[in-house]
Amino acid sequence: MGDEGRDYTAEGGHGAVPLKDVPTGLGQGGDLGGPQPEWPLYEVFVRGKRGLNHVHVGSLHAADDRMALLHARDVYTRRNEGVSIWVVRADAITASSPDEKDPMFAPSGDKVYRHPTFYEIPADVPHM
Amino acid sequence: MTAIDSGVTSAPDEAALAHDFQETISRNDRIEPRDWMPEGYRKTLVRQVAQHAHSEIIGMQPEGNWIGRAPSLRRKAILLAKVQDEAGHGLYLYSACETLGVSRQQLTEMLISGKQKYSSIFNYPTLSFADVGTIGWLVDGAAICNQVPLCRTSYGPYGRSMIRICKEESFHQRQGYELLMTMMRGTDEQRAMVQESVDRFWWPALMMFGPPDNDSPNTAQSMEWGIKRNTNDELRQKFVDMSMPQAEALGVTFPDPELRWNAERGHYDFGQPDWDEFMQVVKGNGPCNAQRIEHRRRAHEDGAWVRAAATAYAARGPLVEEAAQRPSRDRGAA
Ligand SMILES: [Fe+2]
Ligand SMILES: [Fe+2]
Repeated sequence: MGDEGRDYTAEGGHGAVPLKDVPTGLGQGGDLGGPQPEWPLYEVFVRGKRGLNHVHVGSLHAADDRMALLHARDVYTRRNEGVSIWVVRADAITASSPDEKDPMFAPSGDKVYRHPTFYEIPADVPHM
Repeated sequence: MTAIDSGVTSAPDEAALAHDFQETISRNDRIEPRDWMPEGYRKTLVRQVAQHAHSEIIGMQPEGNWIGRAPSLRRKAILLAKVQDEAGHGLYLYSACETLGVSRQQLTEMLISGKQKYSSIFNYPTLSFADVGTIGWLVDGAAICNQVPLCRTSYGPYGRSMIRICKEESFHQRQGYELLMTMMRGTDEQRAMVQESVDRFWWPALMMFGPPDNDSPNTAQSMEWGIKRNTNDELRQKFVDMSMPQAEALGVTFPDPELRWNAERGHYDFGQPDWDEFMQVVKGNGPCNAQRIEHRRRAHEDGAWVRAAATAYAARGPLVEEAAQRPSRDRGAA
């Protein structure tokens, strides 16, 4: 099929898509401007059932908080995946660091004595 | 999202960052949005995830075509739910793509201007109601083969979207197969309709896995990065092997004279799709390309006033009655 057929990946999910000569839009700035600025981004957290924490499930765009909740219901809980939803504007979240393995977490790395396995207890002492 | 600089790090050099990245991949660990990643990795992912998202969104159209003409309320409800799922899949994937640094606006623009593509399968028309069943069975079936390995892809947000999507795909495939089974129990005319539909979709379904491996040199790099987990030919073989017993149980045949069991290989042998047709369809010359893009563009443009109204409503703040219903602590020191 010659050069033309090159660089298609099957893993476009619903079928092969080209990976060569396709623009990405990276580095062109987020908002294209124009009369309609993009709606803010919200992060969505869902409590799967009573007794569990809310867990981050994804994100979506909405004009305001109420719309974010309604969209979150439609997008993330179509099959009883949740009993409660939190939506938070992404720009209101403060994150620990730009890197997931930052020295921020180093202080807990060398304190083995915080774990129960650090302590040796004779095997015949019950209920420990 | 804002990040607090812990103040402990000095900026590490690129070689060290690349080393950390490679280590994470080798450990089979996931890359997360704010990690350093090579530009090539980022670009490959944007192309793949964006076009995957576009495929889900355009993929609503062929089946959406039959919602108003579904033969029963049951079939209509099922089809509506299925098409709504595909919209959801598109949204999960757009979200994942945005974590890489492109905006939703840009992605929408690149779809409706034709700069980015979507799966060629959705450029074929749905001519009979049996096509709804065949798409569920074969097209979503092929999508499952593609998507299951992607749950372990190296980019965290992409993998997490795929896990959600895969849970929903099995409903898609089963409802399609059940629809065809029901038609096969009907009249001769209905059975002929099923066979005709399967004949039309078999080759395009095989094309969904992309050109043969020796024509896909990028595969090696994508596999090294853990973005891709199986080659095009491996996935295609898996799909054929899965589909044959299903076709037998249904009582239909596939339009391929070379299709037969190979006991030595332990797999079915099969013929090659028409790759020239594939290239034509991807380039925009398929039966429905123009119509699909035009429909998406119209939906986007017709929706502009709704988006503008919602923005204006949000800017104006809550209505007076709503504010009055709030607990008094919201209204100051009272
Ligand atoms: Fe889908
Ligand atoms: Fe699907």
